[in-house]
Amino acid sequence: MGPGLRADPVSFRLYPYARVPDQDAPARRHAVVVVGGGPVGLALALDLGRRGTPVLLLDDNEGAGQGSRAICFAKRTLEIAHRLGAATPMLDKGVVWNVGRVFHGEHQVFEFDLQPETGHRNPAFINLQQPYFERFLVDAIRTAQAEGAPIELRGGNRVTAMTQEADHAALEVTTPDGAYTLEADWLIACDGAHSSIRDFMGLEFEGRVFEDNFLIADVRMTAGFPTERWFWFAPPFEGAGKSALLHKQPDDIWRLDFQIGWDIDRAAELAPEKVRARVDAMLGPGVEYDLDWTSVYTFQCRRMRRFRHGRVLFAGDAAHQVSPFGARGANSGIQDADNLAWKLDLVIRGQAPDTLLDSYCQERGSGADENILHSTRATDFLTPKSEISQIFRDAVLGLARRHAFARSFVNSGRLSEPCVYDDLPLTGADALTDGPARTRPGAACVDAPLADGFLLDRLPGEFVLLGLNAPLPDLAGMEGITLHRLALDCATDDPTGALAARYLGAAAQAVYLIRPDQHVVARWPDAQAGAITAALRRAIALKG
Amino acid sequence: MPLILDPNIDDADGFYDELLAAHHGLTKAESDALNARLILILANHVGDRAVLRQALEVAREK
Ligand SMILES: Cc1cc2nc3c(=O)[nH]c(=O)nc-3n(C[C@H](O)[C@H](O)[C@H](O)COP(=O)(O)OP(=O)(O)OC[C@H]3O[C@@H](n4cnc5c(N)ncnc54)[C@H](O)[C@@H]3O)c2cc1C
Repeated sequence: MGPGLRADPVSFRLYPYARVPDQDAPARRHAVVVVGGGPVGLALALDLGRRGTPVLLLDDNEGAGQGSRAICFAKRTLEIAHRLGAATPMLDKGVVWNVGRVFHGEHQVFEFDLQPETGHRNPAFINLQQPYFERFLVDAIRTAQAEGAPIELRGGNRVTAMTQEADHAALEVTTPDGAYTLEADWLIACDGAHSSIRDFMGLEFEGRVFEDNFLIADVRMTAGFPTERWFWFAPPFEGAGKSALLHKQPDDIWRLDFQIGWDIDRAAELAPEKVRARVDAMLGPGVEYDLDWTSVYTFQCRRMRRFRHGRVLFAGDAAHQVSPFGARGANSGIQDADNLAWKLDLVIRGQAPDTLLDSYCQERGSGADENILHSTRATDFLTPKSEISQIFRDAVLGLARRHAFARSFVNSGRLSEPCVYDDLPLTGADALTDGPARTRPGAACVDAPLADGFLLDRLPGEFVLLGLNAPLPDLAGMEGITLHRLALDCATDDPTGALAARYLGAAAQAVYLIRPDQHVVARWPDAQAGAITAALRRAIALKG
Repeated sequence: MPLILDPNIDDADGFYDELLAAHHGLTKAESDALNARLILILANHVGDRAVLRQALEVAREK
C-alpha cells in the first residue's frame, strides 16, 4: 500500500483497494455510508443492500484482520446470518459444541451440556474464527451484488475526518492514492472499540476497565482433546494465571486463554518461549503444536450514552464493549445490525418517521445494558474484588463439586442470548394471556420445525402476520409496508408439537404480528384488523 | 412469607452450641470459608428472593 495508510496484515484479502471515480469528483452524496467492515458493518451493509437501499462500506484494511478475536457464535447470530443468506458456510466450517467442563485447580467442579432442545435449525453455538465469519459475510455480499443489491465495498479507505451538517455527514477519506471527500445522508459508525467517528464527534465512552490481562494463544495441534469448553479457576499448571480456557476451533486450532494479571510486561509475555512454556504446562508433555496467533488483551465494559446522534448512528463495538466471557461482543453487534437495517430502510424510503431510529437506541441500549450486566458479574466472579468476595467465590466452587445448587452460582460467562425488548415503545400488548413467556411481545421468535422446513425460514425480513389455528383478517399492509401472511394449522404444520408448545402454550389459537427482525410486536387470541393495524403503526413509530 | 424475626428454633441454646462447635479448631480462614458455605446453603434453602433481600437488609443494620 502507498503512503498515508498503514496496512494491517489480513487473513483474507476480501476487498482490495481500487481507485473509484468518487476520488476525482467533488464530494458525492451517498444514502448510507457504513464505516468499518467488521462483522457488524458487513452484516448491516448486507441487510440494507438486500432490501434495495444503496450502501457504501468503507474499511481501512483490505479484508478480515489477522488472528481470531471472536470464536463463539450464538444461535441467534446464525439465525440472522441465515436470513441474510450467509449461514450455510458458517455451519459447514464451524465446530458445534455442547459440553463444557469447569475445573477448580485439579478438580472438575462440574460439567454442563448446552444441548439445546431439539427443533431448531441452528445449534446453540458454533466455534468459528472471526476472519471466516467476516469472509462468509463478504461472500454473501458478493452473491447479493450479483443479484443486483446496491452494495459497494471500498477497502483501503480510511475515514480521517468527519463533520455533521443539518441533513448529512461530510467525510474525508484517505486512500493509498491520497484523500477525497464524501457525503452521507446517514452515517453508520461500525468502526470498532476505538471508533474514530466517536472521537471526531468528541463523544464519551464510559464504563469499567477490567484490570487484568489475558494472553490468547491459538495453537494448531492434532492432539485428541475433546470438542468441549474447558475452563479452569485457579488452573493447576505453571504460569497459567488466575483462570484459563481451552476451546476448539476449525482447522485443528485451539483457543488457549490465560488470565495473567494486571502488572505485566506485554512484550515479554508475548515472547514465543514464554508463551510456549505456558502452553506446554497446560497441554502436558509430548503434545506437539504450532503457535498460530498470540495476543494480549485487556477488557472493558462500557457503552455510549446514546447510539444515535442526528444522522450518525453507532453499532457494535463502537457503541458498546463487553468482556468476552459470554461471547456477547460480536453476537450483540449482529443483533444491532439486525435491529437497525429494517428501520433505516423504512426511514430512507419515507415509510416511517425518522423517530423510528430512536427505538434502535432504546432497544439496543437495553441490550447493551443487559450484556454489560452479565459481563460485569462474570468478571466479578472471575476476579473477586475483595477478600470476602474471594471467600464466597471459593465457597461456591467448593460446594459446586458436591451440590447441584451451587453450580448455578459458578459464572465463567453467561452465554449470549437474544435480548427481549420488554416494555419498550415499539413493543405492543400481550393479549394472549396464557401464551408462553419465551415468545412474548419483544422477544425474538423461537425457531420450530414445520412439516416442511423451519418456522424462521418463513419470516423473510418483512412484517409477518402469523396465524396459528386462527383465521387471518384481510390485511395486506399499509402505506407501502408489506405485511406477509402466514397461516399455520398445528394439525398439519406442526409435526413435533414444538410450534404449539412455543407459540400457543395453553391457548388453542393465536395471531402474532412479527417485525422484520423476527421480534414479536404483539399477539392476540384472535385477529382484529383494528388492533393489528394499531400495533403495526406503533412498530414503525407512527403516532396514534 | 415475610422473614421470620421471632424465635423459630427449638432449643436455641443447643443450636448455638452446634454453630460454635462447627467452628471449633478452625483457623480464621477456615471459619470464614465455613461461614460462606453455610450462608450459601441456607440461602438456597430459603430460596425466596424477597425473604433473602429482607434478611440482607436486617443483617446490614448492625
Ligand atoms: C480475545 C477476544 C475474544 C472474543 N471472543 C468473542 C466471541 O467468542 N464471541 C463474540 O461474539 N465476540 C467476541 N469478541 C468480541 C468481538 O471480536 C467484537 O465484538 C467484534 O469484532 C465487534 O465487531 P465490530 O464490527 O463492531 O467491530 P470490529 O470487528 O472492531 O471492526 C471494526 C472495523 O472498522 C475498521 N475501521 C476502524 N476505524 C476505521 C476508519 N477510521 N475508517 C475505516 N475503517 C475503520 C477496522 O479496520 C475494522 O475492520 C472477542 C473479542 C476479543 C478481543
